[in-house]
Amino acid sequence: MWLTMPLLHRPKWKVVGEGLVEWLIRICGVSAVIFVFAIFFFVFWEAKGILFGEDRLDLWKFLTSEEWYPASESNPRYGASALIAGTASVTVLSMLIAVPFGLGAALFISEFCGPRLKEVLKITIELLAAIPSVVWGFIGITIMNQLVMRIFGAPIGLTVLNGAIILALMSVPIIVSIGEDALKAVPDSYREAAIGLGVTRWQMLYRVLLPAAKNGLLAAVLLGVGRAIGETMAVLMCTGHAVNNPFNTTFPFLHPLDSVRTLPATIAAELGETAQGSQHYQVLFVIGLLLFTITFVVNMTADLVVKGIKGK
Amino acid sequence: MNETREPVGRRARYVMIPSALLAAALILPTGCRRSSQPSASDAGGSKMEIQNAGSDTMVNLAQAWAETYAEVNHTVAVSVAGGGSGTGIAALLNGSADIANCSRAMKDKEIAKAKQQYSTEPVQHVMGLDALAVYVHKDNPLDQITIGQLGQIYGEDGTMTKWSELGVEAPDGNDDIIRVSRQSNSGTYAYFRETVVAKGKEFKLGSRDLHGSKDVVELVGNTPSAIGYSGMGYATDHVKMLKVARTAGEEAFAPNMQNAVSGNYAVSRPLYMYTLGTPSSHVQAYIEWCLSPAGQKIVEDSGYVPNRK
Repeated sequence: MWLTMPLLHRPKWKVVGEGLVEWLIRICGVSAVIFVFAIFFFVFWEAKGILFGEDRLDLWKFLTSEEWYPASESNPRYGASALIAGTASVTVLSMLIAVPFGLGAALFISEFCGPRLKEVLKITIELLAAIPSVVWGFIGITIMNQLVMRIFGAPIGLTVLNGAIILALMSVPIIVSIGEDALKAVPDSYREAAIGLGVTRWQMLYRVLLPAAKNGLLAAVLLGVGRAIGETMAVLMCTGHAVNNPFNTTFPFLHPLDSVRTLPATIAAELGETAQGSQHYQVLFVIGLLLFTITFVVNMTADLVVKGIKGK
Repeated sequence: MNETREPVGRRARYVMIPSALLAAALILPTGCRRSSQPSASDAGGSKMEIQNAGSDTMVNLAQAWAETYAEVNHTVAVSVAGGGSGTGIAALLNGSADIANCSRAMKDKEIAKAKQQYSTEPVQHVMGLDALAVYVHKDNPLDQITIGQLGQIYGEDGTMTKWSELGVEAPDGNDDIIRVSRQSNSGTYAYFRETVVAKGKEFKLGSRDLHGSKDVVELVGNTPSAIGYSGMGYATDHVKMLKVARTAGEEAFAPNMQNAVSGNYAVSRPLYMYTLGTPSSHVQAYIEWCLSPAGQKIVEDSGYVPNRK
């Protein structure tokens, strides 16, 4: 009884205040959902004129044509396939670099290094994630440009390879921290059982840990991919910004020393100039929708994959 | 079962350090802004502001004007922004700039929009001339080029892609011509397209489209097999400006002041400032000062050709 007494005699402002705070927190929680829908709606609204209006954009042409002449006075053409190929090439190549490094680092941090080194590594990698993308862009333009020209003998250093290396450096921290979490989530009883059976460290890693953590590691990779697709500034500065399809049908299928232009970089470079509501403006928003959809699918997949581990 | 796993408290600390930093970063600037706001508006009361935006080609020149004018006239503060001629006109039309700097003439569409929105015509002021230079790497043996060859290199129907077709070998031995161009909202892009690629035609896709006049010169200076175009005021020691001939067989002229004024140099263009109707007196006074001998001296010092009426 004496425990409930003070509760009953709480002053009124405390009761009201508590209710208010509760509501405030509730709004904060829901706001993210509202923002996502509001942003999607806004992007869609700006693009709807050209998607459903009189002078409709030929979506098939938009996705397959390589002719990107948005500022033409006589005959503007909006073919985004070279831009899509540019985004894909940089993303694929950067993942080829980042995934081995990122997963390797996650394995090392989680399984092989001592506690002190672990602390140092984790903090340093988090610091790597904190470098602003425009600074990465500077590094790409000044240092990587020269390195790519010298080492690979490329005539120009602003290429797919340059962008991919910079992007890899940017997505490695994400892959490492999420990958490490996934490895940490593997119950220690698995490790104990494996060691108890007398396996080597390598066998434990290969046969026990990787299969057990594979969903989480896949999610780490997918979130890295999401980061790479959406990145704008660094890629705009490093890839040379040339409308060009770096893929071809003969081996090795991708020319890493070509310059390309990506979808986000195109929006960043061109949106400032276009008259609001013009065709070009609306097409840039269609590109925005396309990007939104791609990253949404990637993140959703990552989420579902993570749910997969929890369900087990 | 989970003895060796990290305790929750330790993990939480990692999260807390960045989030504390983030919180500090969010709070600090707003705090500063709040405290500095009254003083900024005080300054606005005693000082009139002129917002000047537009052409990247003109941004250095506009900056030099603004700085010198601040010494001449203490009651007016001029702030300058780049972004491209199209951006400047857009800013003029939506009211965020008083003067638009333009390295091309305003399009009919833009003039119509101004009339429709403000029922007044934009006023054009010719501030000087810019000779657009064609740059190559300093070690490139090429000395001159014709407008037709440039069209073949840059135009969408053009077939010229190799340095050997121009009769030279690039310093790094790479035979492919690396075309450096500008983003499509730049006045330089529009002017070069009109003069070199021919009206109604487009650039060949696959050029490196850079975002500033200076960037073009810098990239060409770093890339032995590149060719690019930019204002002649941006020349550095790492690049060479080509002489340009109107047609094969005609004399080629270097991009310099005499040739631009005489009209011998084929790729030169006027630099404009645009205002909406007759601007307020302090804006008008600023433009008149820019056109005065003192202002035109700055045009010459910035590497452009003064407008001598």
